[in-house]
Amino acid sequence: MGIYDRHKADKAGDALFKGISYFFALSVILLMALIFIVLLKESWLSLKTFGFGFFVSSDWDPVSGSFGALPAIWGTVVSSLIAIVIALPISLGIAIFLTEMAPKPLKGPIGTAIELLASIPSIIYGMWGLFVFAPLLSDYVEPFLVDYLGFIPLFRGAPMGIGMLPAGFILAIMIIPFISSVARDIFQMVPAMIKESGYGVGATKWEVISRVVIPYTKSGIIGAVILGLGRALGETMAVTFVIGNSHEISLALLDPATSISATLANEFTEAVEEIYLSSLVELGLILFVITFVVLALAKLLIKKTALEGGRR
Amino acid sequence: MSEKIIIKGLNFYYSNKKQALINVNIPIKEKVVTALIGPSGCGKTTFLRCLNRMHDLYPGNRYEGEIILDGENILEKGLDLIKLRSKVGMVFQKPTPFPMSIHDNIAFGLKLMGIRNRGEINGRVEKALKDSAIFEETKDRLHESALSLSGGQQQRLCIARAVAVEPEVILMDEPCSALDPVATAKIEDLMTDLKQNYTVVIVTHNMQQAARVSEYTGFFMMGEVVEFDITEKIFTAPSNKLTEDYITGRFG
Repeated sequence: MGIYDRHKADKAGDALFKGISYFFALSVILLMALIFIVLLKESWLSLKTFGFGFFVSSDWDPVSGSFGALPAIWGTVVSSLIAIVIALPISLGIAIFLTEMAPKPLKGPIGTAIELLASIPSIIYGMWGLFVFAPLLSDYVEPFLVDYLGFIPLFRGAPMGIGMLPAGFILAIMIIPFISSVARDIFQMVPAMIKESGYGVGATKWEVISRVVIPYTKSGIIGAVILGLGRALGETMAVTFVIGNSHEISLALLDPATSISATLANEFTEAVEEIYLSSLVELGLILFVITFVVLALAKLLIKKTALEGGRR
Repeated sequence: MSEKIIIKGLNFYYSNKKQALINVNIPIKEKVVTALIGPSGCGKTTFLRCLNRMHDLYPGNRYEGEIILDGENILEKGLDLIKLRSKVGMVFQKPTPFPMSIHDNIAFGLKLMGIRNRGEINGRVEKALKDSAIFEETKDRLHESALSLSGGQQQRLCIARAVAVEPEVILMDEPCSALDPVATAKIEDLMTDLKQNYTVVIVTHNMQQAARVSEYTGFFMMGEVVEFDITEKIFTAPSNKLTEDYITGRFG
């Protein structure tokens, strides 16, 4: 085989390789589009029947065949926000401890333990939440909230350990590993010299962390939060166990609620009528779009803060 | 000329037990520039970072001996490091502006000192920028990100940030190593101005720079001070053979 033949064979192989790579890469987009199309097609009946009313109605009555998504959307968004509010400070605390304060022998074990927390299947969290966490909440935490913070409408309701707040708590525990491990990685990227400059003008550890390290890593932290939010929005099993599955919108966080994914998990098996099934699929479509928008927004935000924060 | 800092029998050990400084005994005179020269790894930066106890940020580092600043041993246990560092400021090898506006970079230290009055902060920011020869270039853009400045401007900003809290000593760790010759010349001019009011200690790899800006020079090797004297004498008539070999470029 002459050098010319070998060259030709190489060229063909290269083209094939290129083609296959292209195909795999494009198949991701194709798959996304297909999922979207299927969701759209399956929810068409519901889209046609209820129209825009689906998004603003809080009716959910399988018997009379009238459906509205608002309680599920509300539950999804609010439980995820509760989770972020609880998880963010704790995660930042963990990340700061691991990067700035932990003595060497503690760093490894704590870091690993947190990563292991992320690998616990969500159904375990759900069971633990229902059998261990819910009774604890209903016996100690919720009565306390009702007694002392009950003047705020948020902290009203029956303290039974099942509802929006417990779901938020469980979600918080589930997303802490994500946020804290990403935050730890970005804190580690802050150059030592920048921190030393802070100490050099007489700052305390707290001042260096809060005024130098955190502003320096702002866009990364936003990214970590969005990552956690993305996971919280779609989380199904753990939420289904503790959220209470009630299609009611209540400002009181102790009351039972529902989320999109919990509704889907609970009701798919019961949905025999076409319109019921179609409404459930439309819920799925909404979740798909919410998650998509959140992630897109995150990308935009990160880009914007990266531009404002200047070059690194 | 009085002595601002007196170093007596200083030994320093890193957390890996490696001894980085061996029995250092030198005086740092007030309101002049003292340059520290020597080959890489000789301990000059380690020594500089002893003077504001920057080594304390990392566990396991250990000092022996005395560093007497204005009659007080700063290696004393229980010393207020925050106070020490606002008295002994530092400028680093690379510009280290914080990710905030030019104004806020300077105001950072002032706010830490508890100054809340806006007028006073603005006044002191302006003075620090003027003292660091960067006011003219930045006066119209004080609220832009400090990261938009050029490298040389950023380094002068960092000097301004150190100066703003009115320290008595300014430590500079190869402040020009990341800068071009023009920016370097500006910083060198600035050092000459700074010594009117501050005691300056500079670590440099550049012997011409040491000769240009400093009154006193210490030559470090393998963690020891080989020679410490008036700069002119070090560069024209060193008393130690090693110093002569180093400054004539025979090694290092």
